[in-house]
Amino acid sequence: MDLGPFLFLASLEGLVQAAVLSLSALGLCLVFGVLRVVNVAHGEFYMAGAVIAWAISHALPGQPLLGFLAALFLAPLLVGLAAFIADRAILRKINHNPEATIVATIGMLYVIQQSALIGFGPDARPMEPPFYFHVNFPWFGYSGYKLSVILMAAALLLFVWYVISRTRLGLFMRATQLDREMAQVSGIPVGWVYGLVFAAGAMLAALGAVLIAPIRQVHYLMGLDPLLMSFIVVIIGGLGSIRGALLAALVIGMCDGIVSMFFSPTLAKMISTLLVALVLILRPEGLFGQRKPL
Amino acid sequence: MTGSGKRSLTLHIGVLVLLFLLPFILPDYHQLVITRIMILAIFALGYNILFGYAGLLSLGHAMFFACGLYAAGLPVYHLGWEVPLAFLFAIVISALAAALIGAIALRTQGVAFMIVTLMFAQAVYLGTLYFSDVTGADEGLVLPEHARSFDALGMRVDLTSPEVRYYIALALLSAAVLMVCRWVNGGLGREWVAVRENESRTRMLGYNTFLIKLKAMVISGTFSGGAGAAYGLLFAYVGSTFASIQYSIDALLFTLLGGAGTVLGPILGSFIMFYLVDFFSGHTTAYLLATGVVLILLIMYFPLGVLGTLRKKWLPWLP
Repeated sequence: MDLGPFLFLASLEGLVQAAVLSLSALGLCLVFGVLRVVNVAHGEFYMAGAVIAWAISHALPGQPLLGFLAALFLAPLLVGLAAFIADRAILRKINHNPEATIVATIGMLYVIQQSALIGFGPDARPMEPPFYFHVNFPWFGYSGYKLSVILMAAALLLFVWYVISRTRLGLFMRATQLDREMAQVSGIPVGWVYGLVFAAGAMLAALGAVLIAPIRQVHYLMGLDPLLMSFIVVIIGGLGSIRGALLAALVIGMCDGIVSMFFSPTLAKMISTLLVALVLILRPEGLFGQRKPL
Repeated sequence: MTGSGKRSLTLHIGVLVLLFLLPFILPDYHQLVITRIMILAIFALGYNILFGYAGLLSLGHAMFFACGLYAAGLPVYHLGWEVPLAFLFAIVISALAAALIGAIALRTQGVAFMIVTLMFAQAVYLGTLYFSDVTGADEGLVLPEHARSFDALGMRVDLTSPEVRYYIALALLSAAVLMVCRWVNGGLGREWVAVRENESRTRMLGYNTFLIKLKAMVISGTFSGGAGAAYGLLFAYVGSTFASIQYSIDALLFTLLGGAGTVLGPILGSFIMFYLVDFFSGHTTAYLLATGVVLILLIMYFPLGVLGTLRKKWLPWLP
């Protein structure tokens, strides 16, 4: 293959990567923006989404499309419920203190991951794509499912934007983000908003995982990579800035996809990490973060 | 010296004497386990300087541990260096690495600092996998025969002997405990605590808080690197596993469990957690579940850890 078409193929792979990454990074970013905490168990919610999707499609043999659609609704719902309960039962008890929350979510990370190891087993398992369909470019055929992942992720991002900027829940979220106490005084149930946003963050991660599960395999340790990539994205974009996170997800996802194709995935991850160092040296608050007054 | 100073000195020396006497009564297996725990305790002591005293929560201390491990192990393996020289080299390299990474990571604050340290550690881990020709990646490297003994003070020190390893680990741990005691009770320790309690106020009083934090980072990283070097040289093995996130979390867990901001806390935490995991791994492959549950319960009900709670309730003189 010539360099041109190969670069095109690499960019498509990068776009798929960026699509899923932007979903999970947006989840992390929302949680940080509203709750002011970092959810280290984010990657495990992602993994849980993929595992539930695998279980559902496994329970409906021979009907990959039906299984996939069921997974697309049920997996995020179950994961969101679990996250909501975790927030109410654990994080509320420690008042969402940033450092304590990190420790508690590391604990959750192990609990979820090891439960998956017990229930799902240590093997990587493939999940059947909902449909087989090839788009023929002049130089190569490309999986139609991968292209649809990009579209579905874009649609989901639009939906999130609509919820945040046009609905009552979004208004509550933005108010809580701006000033928690004022929001509470104005009658916004801040505790519930916290729980819902934490759940929404986990659901976005799970959605991304359901989309990617038919492309990659499902494994109980699959949560670590998206967690670190999402971290990279929210740091580069500026903690809590949705605009920054989306832009950074696009850049990092594309970059990761292309370098992975040309060189090696390990090198791609190292480059992204060092990019973070560079951004921090030039702009400690990230590209779109707000500089804190000293 | 005040009364409380005397009591705390007695306590620390008592603990070290107890560790000194233990091998006479313990079976071989536990002797080996405690050797390991003591090395990890040095790692946790180093972590505690940064987290417990300077109030900076790092999620990437495995990178310093691994840095010491490789800086000691690689020259021995590839260049045939002597053990003491490799150990000193590892200490210097760890200090330099900690200074460099600290200078970058300390530009961020709060949660960003935690994420940045986590990611640097991950870059180091991936690096050890990527350069597998040199590092041996996951399989690691077993150090050659010549590195199993060395001459010191006119004596031949044999690193294959369990007793010798035990007492070397104990000597290093004692040195580490005494250094930490000295620092935290001196001016530097107070500066750290001042930064932990209220950084803006400390800055207003005319202190260079960046420099204070950087000092904590360098000392903490050097301790961790020293522990890594000792681990690699005593057990003649270096491998990527030691750079994984697991080890960064372990240091945090040991410190939290024993009591952050107490000198003996990390040591106690290492002992409890090591035996707990040892117990669970006999029963299930998912022994890390124990780590998770302990972390959640600790942070919900005992955020001060064992010694922190003791100090608050009954023993206010505990350092």
